[in-house]
Amino acid sequence: MESTIIKSRNFNASFGVNHVVKNVNIEIPRNHVIAVMGPSGCGKTTYLRCINRMHELIPGASCSGEMTINNENIYEMHPIFVRLKIGMVFQRPNPFPNLSIYDNVIAGYKLNGIKLPRAERDRIVEHSLTRVALWKEVKDSLNKKGSFLSGGQQQRLCIARAVAMEPEVLLFDEPTSALDPISTSTVEELFHELKANYTLIIVTHNMQQAARCSDKTAFFYMGELVEYDETTTMFTNPKDNRTQNYITGRFS
Amino acid sequence: MDTPFAPTSTAAAPAPAGILHPGPASAHLAARAAARIRRSFRQIRTENVFRNALVITGLLLVVLVLGIFLTLVVQSLPSIRLLGLKFLWGKTWNPVKNVYGAFPFLVGTLLSSFLALLISIPFSMAVAVFLGEYQPNGWFSNLLKNAVELIAAVPSVIYGFWALAVLVPLVRRFETRIGVEQPLGVGVFSASLILAVMIIPYAASLGRSMIRMVPSPLKEAAYGLGATRWEVIRSVVLPYTRSGLFAGILLSLGRALGETMAVTMVIGNTSILPKNIFAPGNTMASVIANEFTEADKTVYLSALIELGLALFLVTVVINMIGKKIIDRFTNE
Amino acid sequence: MNNNHVKYRIGKSRGFQVLTIVLAFACVIPLIAILLFIIREGISRINWHFLVNIPKPVGEVGGGIANALLGSVIMIVMASVMAIPVGIMGGIYLSENKKSRLAYWCRLSVDILQGVPSIVIGIIAYFWLVRPLGSFSAFSGSVALAIMMLPIIVRSTEETLKMLPDSLKEAAFALGMPIHRVIFKVVVPVGISGILSGVMLSVARITGETAPLLFTAFGNPYLSGDPSKPMHSLPLMIFNYATSPYKDWHDLAWGASLVLLLWVLFLNIFTKLITRKWKVQL
Repeated sequence: MESTIIKSRNFNASFGVNHVVKNVNIEIPRNHVIAVMGPSGCGKTTYLRCINRMHELIPGASCSGEMTINNENIYEMHPIFVRLKIGMVFQRPNPFPNLSIYDNVIAGYKLNGIKLPRAERDRIVEHSLTRVALWKEVKDSLNKKGSFLSGGQQQRLCIARAVAMEPEVLLFDEPTSALDPISTSTVEELFHELKANYTLIIVTHNMQQAARCSDKTAFFYMGELVEYDETTTMFTNPKDNRTQNYITGRFS
Repeated sequence: MDTPFAPTSTAAAPAPAGILHPGPASAHLAARAAARIRRSFRQIRTENVFRNALVITGLLLVVLVLGIFLTLVVQSLPSIRLLGLKFLWGKTWNPVKNVYGAFPFLVGTLLSSFLALLISIPFSMAVAVFLGEYQPNGWFSNLLKNAVELIAAVPSVIYGFWALAVLVPLVRRFETRIGVEQPLGVGVFSASLILAVMIIPYAASLGRSMIRMVPSPLKEAAYGLGATRWEVIRSVVLPYTRSGLFAGILLSLGRALGETMAVTMVIGNTSILPKNIFAPGNTMASVIANEFTEADKTVYLSALIELGLALFLVTVVINMIGKKIIDRFTNE
Repeated sequence: MNNNHVKYRIGKSRGFQVLTIVLAFACVIPLIAILLFIIREGISRINWHFLVNIPKPVGEVGGGIANALLGSVIMIVMASVMAIPVGIMGGIYLSENKKSRLAYWCRLSVDILQGVPSIVIGIIAYFWLVRPLGSFSAFSGSVALAIMMLPIIVRSTEETLKMLPDSLKEAAFALGMPIHRVIFKVVVPVGISGILSGVMLSVARITGETAPLLFTAFGNPYLSGDPSKPMHSLPLMIFNYATSPYKDWHDLAWGASLVLLLWVLFLNIFTKLITRKWKVQL
């Protein structure tokens, strides 16, 4: 298997006339954790949402350039197939409020109209919840609705829901910014374990999180990919002035 | 909500030397100060008058509704005393022979309203989903939104007149084609058709507001898992708004139950129990409209009022339930 | 999952979208049909003669709707005079007193009133005014119409005033204004567009109402401006003539329908324009 899973060439994205992602060229290696950081409005979230084609759901949004997964052009596949290979976890935990924990985990299968035998469903639910270290905590309340879970647990439930679809890539859009510090650390612990089976791309505005959790970091500024390097190198010896300024807190 | 007492100018002005030493200038200032104090007292008295007026208005509204209820009850008493509960399932309504059974009208009302509801639901839900989910903005949907609101603005006599002139002949031809015994055209079916058109805006507009309240993160989660647009609507939007949509349907039902004019003009005005939906009949509202001014006996009039009381209670209960559901939904 | 299954799901999604659009726009078809039909039938009957003459006895040519027009105008004005002040004060009361017991019952009463069928209101006005005074009268009809206007005006006034920020009132109070000045000189002018739209909507609503007038105003074949006597109104005339067996009267009813429709449409469109223009940006 080739080591690059996601590749962007001259990728641009806009909201109407607002050009927010400019000419991004990046290669994301398989089974790594990639942090994408930058100040507010730098285009990092927009870029992330272009990877699984959520960007185009907004009226007036457009993009151009090449974006591939396993050398297949993402924009020539149907979005459904893209999203089955590339799962997403959002900023605020958003489990489906009318579904039980069990049903939330396999929601992806239900939505896609895939009918599975009971035994298979049980296996997927247990497997996914174990992967996110939630199985022990909820295995006796699978039929309850998830409203009693803490923020961190709800977010892990959303990760389990994404993981249940067995994607190749997991996108995280500021996954811990709505969580308290303890929940944040439980989610961050997962990143390290998940990368054995998935490639993780995590947008974060928290530099320390990027430094702690990722193998490589991409720094976006004003829509451009300014620097992309091994995390340790980026934080100790950044090559671009702008990266240097961001890391030392000159602008946020 | 307390008004500060006097305007500040009396306190702010430094005591001029003239106040301690009476003279023409200080007398003028004293007069001005006294006038300000009098004006403040007047303003406070007007304030109290105003506050009382507000409370009286509030009271007036409560008394009005109580009065409506009591009048209906009091005027129905002769009929209630004489006929008791049998009134509700009496199948014959014959004022000439002094026999009053409300069952034909209950059936007429329920049949026409529920049939109208059934017919209108796909259309009003389609409008709600289209305006709430597919196209909330844009000149095209604004046009549709205004058109649907216009449906509610057209007076019911005009619906009735048009239905009489255009709909009823069409229904008559339809009835002949499908072999109905007496293809009159007028009947419960025609009434349901025109009612269905008239009640669309109520469920549509409420449904639209409910659908727009679905939080985007939930829809995004479903899209992110690979759902198509319709799958997101079916699995996320509709379940989320279920109770709100139900409340909209209840509101439509309440409107249908109370509608008088359009129904009176096309339902055929018979007091016989309708055998099927193509038969002529009467609703509670239409029989009141038709026979009220001809009611020459006390019991006759009282029986009609009792129908009015029943109509009042049913529509009020349905509207209240609908409103409760909406309140709960918007405050969650 | 394979390609075909996904294609099927995409097709289903597209299909439902088309179905939704078709059903949604189908709603407008009856409306357009009615508008066109009434315009076609009514336009030939309307002329100056039609508007200023009263109906002639059956069989005689000509006649018009003057009595109904005048009656409608008079009763709407009378109803408005009664309902607007009470309705606005009621709305102010509810927006100023969110928590008192009386306000709770008042709000409930207004909600109940909104759902009462119009024919029931007619019954009430009959027993409160027609019976005691001994005859049908325009006044009793106006009272019935006023009762129907109340919930609309109260609701929209309350909603409008509730949306205004408290800081508006606080600024006025801090300047030493008494409450009635604060309300009428500061709060109401800012919310005037919402209040006005409620008032105009209620007027548009009662313009087309027939049921409450069936046994209150009752109708009058002659031109009359006396509020203590029966009076005709446009929707009442349409009802009476449309359900009669005479073709002449049907013709009159078509003309009257067109006039009524135009009147109501005009009121609704006017309301929309005015409220947009006068809306104060907070």
